[in-house]
Amino acid sequence: MAVAAIPTPIVRRTLRMTLASVFGPLGQVFLFVVGSAVVLSVVTVLIAVLLRGTRTDVDLVQATLVILPQVLIDGLVRGFLFATIALGYTMVYGVLEFINFAHGEIFMVGAFAGAAFGSVLASSGVLSALPVPLYVVVAVLVGMAVSGLLAVSIERVAYRPLRGAPRLVPLISAIGVSLLLQDAVRLIANLSGLGFNARFQTPNFGPPIRLAEIPVSPDRAIPLILDVRALTFIIAAILMLIGLNYLVNATKLGTAIRAVAQDRPTASLMGINVNQIIALTFLIGGALGGAAGVLFGIRVGTVNPYVGFLPGLKAFTAAVLGGIGNIPGAMVGGIVLGFLEAFVASYLSLMTAGAFSGASYADIVAFGILILILIFKPSGLLGEAVSQKV
Amino acid sequence: MALLELKNVHTYYGNIHALKGVSFSVEKGEIVTLIGANGAGKSTTLRTISGLLTPRQGEIWFEGQRIDRLPPHEIVARGVLQSPEGRRIFPRLTVRENLEMGAYQRKDKEGIAQDMERVFALFPRLKERLNQKGGTLSGGEQQMLAIGRALMGRPRVLLLDEPSMGLAPVLVEQIFDIIREINQQGTTILLVEQNARLALSIAHRGYVLETGRIVLSGTGQELANNPQVKAAYLGEH
Ligand SMILES: Nc1ncnc2c1ncn2[C@@H]1O[C@H](COP(=O)(O)OP(=O)(O)O)[C@@H](O)[C@H]1O
Ligand SMILES: [Mg+2]
Repeated sequence: MAVAAIPTPIVRRTLRMTLASVFGPLGQVFLFVVGSAVVLSVVTVLIAVLLRGTRTDVDLVQATLVILPQVLIDGLVRGFLFATIALGYTMVYGVLEFINFAHGEIFMVGAFAGAAFGSVLASSGVLSALPVPLYVVVAVLVGMAVSGLLAVSIERVAYRPLRGAPRLVPLISAIGVSLLLQDAVRLIANLSGLGFNARFQTPNFGPPIRLAEIPVSPDRAIPLILDVRALTFIIAAILMLIGLNYLVNATKLGTAIRAVAQDRPTASLMGINVNQIIALTFLIGGALGGAAGVLFGIRVGTVNPYVGFLPGLKAFTAAVLGGIGNIPGAMVGGIVLGFLEAFVASYLSLMTAGAFSGASYADIVAFGILILILIFKPSGLLGEAVSQKV
Repeated sequence: MALLELKNVHTYYGNIHALKGVSFSVEKGEIVTLIGANGAGKSTTLRTISGLLTPRQGEIWFEGQRIDRLPPHEIVARGVLQSPEGRRIFPRLTVRENLEMGAYQRKDKEGIAQDMERVFALFPRLKERLNQKGGTLSGGEQQMLAIGRALMGRPRVLLLDEPSMGLAPVLVEQIFDIIREINQQGTTILLVEQNARLALSIAHRGYVLETGRIVLSGTGQELANNPQVKAAYLGEH
């Protein structure tokens, strides 16, 4: 039989293929994001038009349009927060069919690692002198390392020994880990002087960027501003999503992660060390969660041992919304949920003349969505069967 | 010394005693077939060799070393590769990615590329389907991919579990020709089949498995002419 001495190009991955496998799924996500932003905007404006007659105090349509860009930016930031956390749930679910309910706390520990990092730098006097981009990169890496290693250790100690047990058992273990982490961090934070409400110290991010002036009347214009911290969040999240897509879709290890998710015994017949790949999945998911924790801390300024709970639950909702186990699904689900929340938080009060304060109803929307999906479309937005993962 | 040898292997699924003292050997360069009815324990035997199941008793030796306590990936590292029953293609990986997974532990890029060409020479269909998802292939193409994928690991022994399952007769003939060709290129093969006639026709030696025990052994020809085998597995009287 003829064995080609020089391998023909067809068996080699070309740069184009790599780019396609990275940006193909991201393009899909991007379309979903733009689509949902447009749909939500149009629906909101339509509602404003319909309700216009009911109000004499403000021009509802104008008020709606004026804050729309800000709402979209807010939604995007919330969305990226949910998306980066949701990836941790979905990747672990992909390989183990197990919901790691301690993932919200892994996010929280990342946020505390960032706070501790900032506090150490501040007490040694270098924090304020640090250039912002350098600070962000290092702080995010610190959060990723701490949370990634924590996630790997949790898997090794609390989940792997229970792998053959009934499904409820590791779930209970996860809830136990979750409570343990909350209390352990509370204890450490109090002992170390960070405090229960730990200040998240950063260098000065500077004033917000004025993107544009939106004229509302001949003599008045409302500035469209972009908070530098929000911008940081968006840029960092996009870079991480690109990195994750490269890792998962264009490298051998990433292919092995997908192989393990699709058929674990057969993956081991290929010579894949399945336990190693599962640990790697926890490392990646944990690192993304830790990065999200640091970015969250940078944005909100203080963190406490319970900050992981709500974002964790919402990110889980996002993962289910996109189709649990599905990586682009988690990104889409996170961003769609972020937009929905931002729209409810900003517009509900405006549309109802203050009868409902939107911010407190945003959570109802998030969890209402979770319940509706679980009832009507358990396979999620991206529409694959539950068994079709990653 | 045999390349692969099972000595008195007992394997259980919980309380179910699936292999009750299986012993046999495969010599370098051979095609050895394990035939038997549905439920006899053929797949269990291959899963035990590959380390998916750990025998409760007995020993498995490969190239002079015991492998029966090793995890599956270390058994693959020694050159034991399996194309499992039902093909088990990764449905949402492309054909290329499926083949790459077969070569997961290898680092020699040039060698991997050459082996991929070798697989395409055996199964030209796969080259046409290279960027298609495994789940979209026909049954025959999936079988080709499953065998090709195992070949990508440069097996020192190739375990094939029912490659004829669910395929049209012409395709089965074709697959068996290729199995023989792979063997002639130097790969030792342990072939598990319900299609005893075909398996015995290409095998150097064979064993008959009945409810977890080896009940007969011999050359392919001897077994094909054995009255018991004829009656039970070849549908003759
Ligand atoms: N996963 C399993 N759990 C319990 N029993 C099994 C399992 N797989 C196979 N068996 C039992 O082990 C015996 C051998 O099965 P198997 O090796 O699949 O047979 P064959 O491949 O020869 O058809 C059968 O009795 C079968 O019912
Ligand atoms: Mg079988």
